[in-house]
Amino acid sequence: MLKQIEGSQAVAEAIALCRPEVICAYPITPQTHIVEKLSELVRLGQIGNCQYVNVESEFAALSVAIGASAAGARAYTATSSQGLLFMTEAVYNAAGLGLPIVMTIGNRAIGAPINIWNDHSDSMALRDAGWIQLHAETNQEAVDLHIQAFRLAEQLNVPVMVCEDGFILTHAYERVDIPTLEQVQAYLPPFEPVQVLDPADPVTIGAMVGPEAFAEVRYLAHHKHLQAVEVIPELSAEFARIFGRESGGLIQSYRTEDADTIIVALGSVVGTIKDVVDEMRDGGVSVGAVKIISFRPFPMLALRAALENAKRVIVVEKAFADGLGGIVVGGVRMALRGLTTPIYTIIAGLGGRPITKESLHRAFGEAAADEIDDPHFLDLDWAVIDRELARAKEKRRSGPIAENILRELGLVGGKPV
Amino acid sequence: MTQRVKFYQTGTLTVGNRLLDEENRTVQSTPERNNSLTSGHRACQGCGEALGARYVVDVAMREAGDKLIAVNATGCLEVFSTPYPESSWRVPWIHSLFGNAPAVATGVAAAMRAKGWEDTRVLAQGGDGGTVDIGFGCLSGMFERNDDVLYICYDNEAYMNTGVQRSGRTPPAARTATTPAVGPTKGNVFGQGKNAALIAMAHFIPYVATASVADLHDLEAKVTKAMGMTGARYIHVHVPCPLGWGSKPCDTIQLARLAVESGLFPLFEAEHGEITDVTPIRHKVPVEAYLKPQRRFAHLFGKSADAEALAAIQQMADRNIEKFGLCG
Repeated sequence: MLKQIEGSQAVAEAIALCRPEVICAYPITPQTHIVEKLSELVRLGQIGNCQYVNVESEFAALSVAIGASAAGARAYTATSSQGLLFMTEAVYNAAGLGLPIVMTIGNRAIGAPINIWNDHSDSMALRDAGWIQLHAETNQEAVDLHIQAFRLAEQLNVPVMVCEDGFILTHAYERVDIPTLEQVQAYLPPFEPVQVLDPADPVTIGAMVGPEAFAEVRYLAHHKHLQAVEVIPELSAEFARIFGRESGGLIQSYRTEDADTIIVALGSVVGTIKDVVDEMRDGGVSVGAVKIISFRPFPMLALRAALENAKRVIVVEKAFADGLGGIVVGGVRMALRGLTTPIYTIIAGLGGRPITKESLHRAFGEAAADEIDDPHFLDLDWAVIDRELARAKEKRRSGPIAENILRELGLVGGKPV
Repeated sequence: MTQRVKFYQTGTLTVGNRLLDEENRTVQSTPERNNSLTSGHRACQGCGEALGARYVVDVAMREAGDKLIAVNATGCLEVFSTPYPESSWRVPWIHSLFGNAPAVATGVAAAMRAKGWEDTRVLAQGGDGGTVDIGFGCLSGMFERNDDVLYICYDNEAYMNTGVQRSGRTPPAARTATTPAVGPTKGNVFGQGKNAALIAMAHFIPYVATASVADLHDLEAKVTKAMGMTGARYIHVHVPCPLGWGSKPCDTIQLARLAVESGLFPLFEAEHGEITDVTPIRHKVPVEAYLKPQRRFAHLFGKSADAEALAAIQQMADRNIEKFGLCG
């Protein structure tokens, strides 16, 4: 049913349709609206006998999901930013135990300095925790990916994060087609775990594994992700058959045919990038875009196929590794290994800074002319940076960078020094 | 208040199992036992935790009609019972992390409710580190929500699995690997302590008890009582550790008893935040009797005897005796 609906509410409705049996909730901006809506749906009895557990931390949220999933229940939770980091130990543990938990990440920056707005620092920090990570461009895609996520998780016994940009998607009202329960039930069979805590057939889960078998256990987790590379497109195709729309898959290409320059990105910024591509095409520039939906597993072969004929590749990222540069670009370089294609990284949208078409036009133009610095930090205020660097050269003063800058501006700690 | 008579199970002051009605006797080991934690595990000789767990889980299994799921925090009990690919557990058992056993148990209980299988009961267990330190947030959350979980803390008063480091339950003056018996103040600091049972009571949960492996019958009775209730329940079991305490494996029961008889480990039960029963001390002993056989307290005796520290520990015991009315 078509609805004009807030992203979080739409996701909550999609989750409800997937009939989770245990939902664990701990508030953190910007995912909170999802679990708020779910608490209402559970109270109203609209998700069957689903148990909604208000926990005392994100660490507990995922731990409750671990217990529920191991006991055979379909389990869901959602988090963001510091919350994801706070549950880090349980994130790895859920993957190690092969529990098909689905978790929404309302992508948000990580502090300090504390910042509630969007970038990808949170899910990128947990990119190698063994979870599948799917990124949504739109709220429609967020809804669709959640439905696919449960199917994928339960088919492979691997947990899945569905990442959607905080505020930009979670708080945006858009037109979303909410599927029917019949459609979802046709797509997503009831959860039938391979191994479960059952008094009738006692198993030991979570035993200590030493050097004699640990490497094999870890390899098999790797293999599971390789399997996911095969399964994700299949599930997307099946989704299209039942729901009547294309959604999901590993990557999606936009106007990449014969494009000299291809821009790679993930999440909501892809929408802006597509607009810029259209405008650049109108201006006669041969450019296209590739959206990475599945960041984990990384779509190595699909990306190579999509990018191998490009003269240059630009990766737009909302997170980076200090002192190194982009994170996504590392995978792109691996996908294109052996080729000499120039690859540029644009770090953009950190801590919620708007990524404007104007700025992208400028940066893509510079990159298309092979005249961009790499990595390029979009729309940096160099005056602030230069002033702080000059001050630091003059006078050593330890302490947090943010406070140092604000102090220079006279905004913190009284008078300027 | 009618005081239920409790008998010693063994030892010089034994009244004896045989004087009890058959159904009240503690049976050490019979083929009928479930042996939930069965033989072949790798606990040290004289391990109080292994002994306590054997009794706790078997009783819980019996009371649950064999429909029990156990959740275990990281720690000795987890490590010595499940060296892959072996397992000593004859119950469905899961270990996730060090600090999340209460939350995992909540999840299992929630799954049982969601599926309408509430007759399957949930037991969570951890050591003192996993319970009163790293797992305390999750434990408090589980209490506050009154989730249907029986949580057992096996308290051996330090992080034994990692090599005897101080925990929030390590007693004052005790030597551990991180509170060495050197310098001007030897061993652990004299803090305010962390009485997890009293903190559990402050959540007004249906049932809280302390127990000791010195009195397995009492431990069994408490687990039985706890299993007869629903909601969050907590039993804090004192379990000597020969390795960490520097005591003889054959002295485990003796030391556990001396901890009770000295007043350092009071045995009580509480329901909904109110103490309902206290096990009186039958034969009060000075704290020295309990401390002296343990090498972790060796610096309090002999050449460099620390009378002040001993007096302070005696004061703790006396305060317990007064607070809980342990001597009538």
